[in-house]
Amino acid sequence: MNKKFAWTRKDLLGLEYLSAEEIEFILYTAGSFKEVTTRQIKKVPALRGKTVVNLFYEPSTRTRASFELAAKRLSADVLNIAAESSSVKKGETLIDTGKNIEALKVDLIVVRHNCSGAPNILARAVSSSVVNAGDGWHEHPTQALLDMFTLKEKLGRIEGLNVSIIGDIAHSRVARSNIWGLTKLGAKVTVCAPGMLIPEGIEKMGVKATTDLEEALEGADAINVLRMQFERDVAVAFPSKFEYLKNYGITTERLAKCKKEIVVMHPGPINRGIEMSSEVADGKNSVILEQVTNGIAVRMAVLYLVSMANDNRKTNTKASLGA
Amino acid sequence: MKEESRVMDREAMDKSLERIAHEIAEHIGPSDEVAIIGIKNRGAYLARRIADKIERIAKKKLSVGALDITLYRDDLTQVAAQPIVHATEIDFSIDNKKIILVDDVLFTGRTIRCALDALIDFGRPGRIQLAVLVDRGHRELPIKADYVGKNVPTGINEVVEVRLEEADGKDEIVLCRNKV
Repeated sequence: MNKKFAWTRKDLLGLEYLSAEEIEFILYTAGSFKEVTTRQIKKVPALRGKTVVNLFYEPSTRTRASFELAAKRLSADVLNIAAESSSVKKGETLIDTGKNIEALKVDLIVVRHNCSGAPNILARAVSSSVVNAGDGWHEHPTQALLDMFTLKEKLGRIEGLNVSIIGDIAHSRVARSNIWGLTKLGAKVTVCAPGMLIPEGIEKMGVKATTDLEEALEGADAINVLRMQFERDVAVAFPSKFEYLKNYGITTERLAKCKKEIVVMHPGPINRGIEMSSEVADGKNSVILEQVTNGIAVRMAVLYLVSMANDNRKTNTKASLGA
Repeated sequence: MKEESRVMDREAMDKSLERIAHEIAEHIGPSDEVAIIGIKNRGAYLARRIADKIERIAKKKLSVGALDITLYRDDLTQVAAQPIVHATEIDFSIDNKKIILVDDVLFTGRTIRCALDALIDFGRPGRIQLAVLVDRGHRELPIKADYVGKNVPTGINEVVEVRLEEADGKDEIVLCRNKV
């Protein structure tokens, strides 16, 4: 790793905007934070005195909990705002909400929104750091970072790996962030789904697309199996849930034909018996729960880096104004 | 323009570390469990070297660890470039152990303050002592080293650079001052 490298971004909005070096740097820093999460006292004073707001316009348990724990383990104070119970209901705009949160002297805003690009709008409107916790179909950068962190931990590298992303590619921000991140770090990415769930032109992102699961599994070093989001409009893409398991579900039989050390990932929550059988989810190739553990280390690294960069930015602005 | 003057060469540094190791070994009781923990980056290399010497002198196996104190610093926003967070490597319990904390240069004492905070998050050591290769004065906190390689009087604007084989390709200590 380059010793001279310094993180300078006040926000983390998506992996599309990052260089390979920046992504590597986050992963390296996350490795250091992982050590913290294995201690008896899992807390460091790095963000003492800072306040983190989790601003969630979409329901989320695991991502929010992960960010909350990450912030607390950095000694920050955390405030959770769920949009369903806030003034958003009364018609307040995103920017107004952001400015009001900023007026509370909050240092970091972690935002999840059902509209793609909402975190970008927020980041331009406020001087606090903004971290995207998932926006529409756009990006979910910390999920992709924790996937890549887990992959690197398991296989020692990202470059040159064959990674297949299987599931609803069309409506998945997890897929999009993974594609940006993995291709930047030199992995060969294949996406696989029923035709209606593969967006047209996806090859332009530097991936191979296929509707044939066997093709996607053959030679894969890792697979990232996405959740079928029945609460969204995916039901039209295939006749029934059972049909999906039959054609696209990861089963023991299918796994038996793959590389022996294949890494099986899933961002959760799993629909057991739909995109993946229970035996696979709980099997020896599955790293699903490690992904959850790594999520905290990755989010600690992200919160720490953007916060420090924002502090430096403010200090430098003050210094140049003084001079 | 930077002007450098050499404070120690390779030989002098080794002698100095040897003396520190002897002093530490002298104070190890028969029932003492000792761990040497270096402050990253250069303190960690020095800790390794001192531990090897003590193991040879005292014929006693020591635990060796490395501490990254970046997350405990109180001057994070004051340093120009953002320091990189490295992992702490302490894979043993520090409870009731005699800990020798090692750093290259003792200056304001703030690094040591951070290191003490960080260490205490790992458990409850029986005793903590401090060994440094160079004490250059100008303390801002009530902290004192138990083992000192060399006292080097310095001006506040001077910089003491410890260069080590492991990190810099050669062993030496130089005093740098900006020429006006």
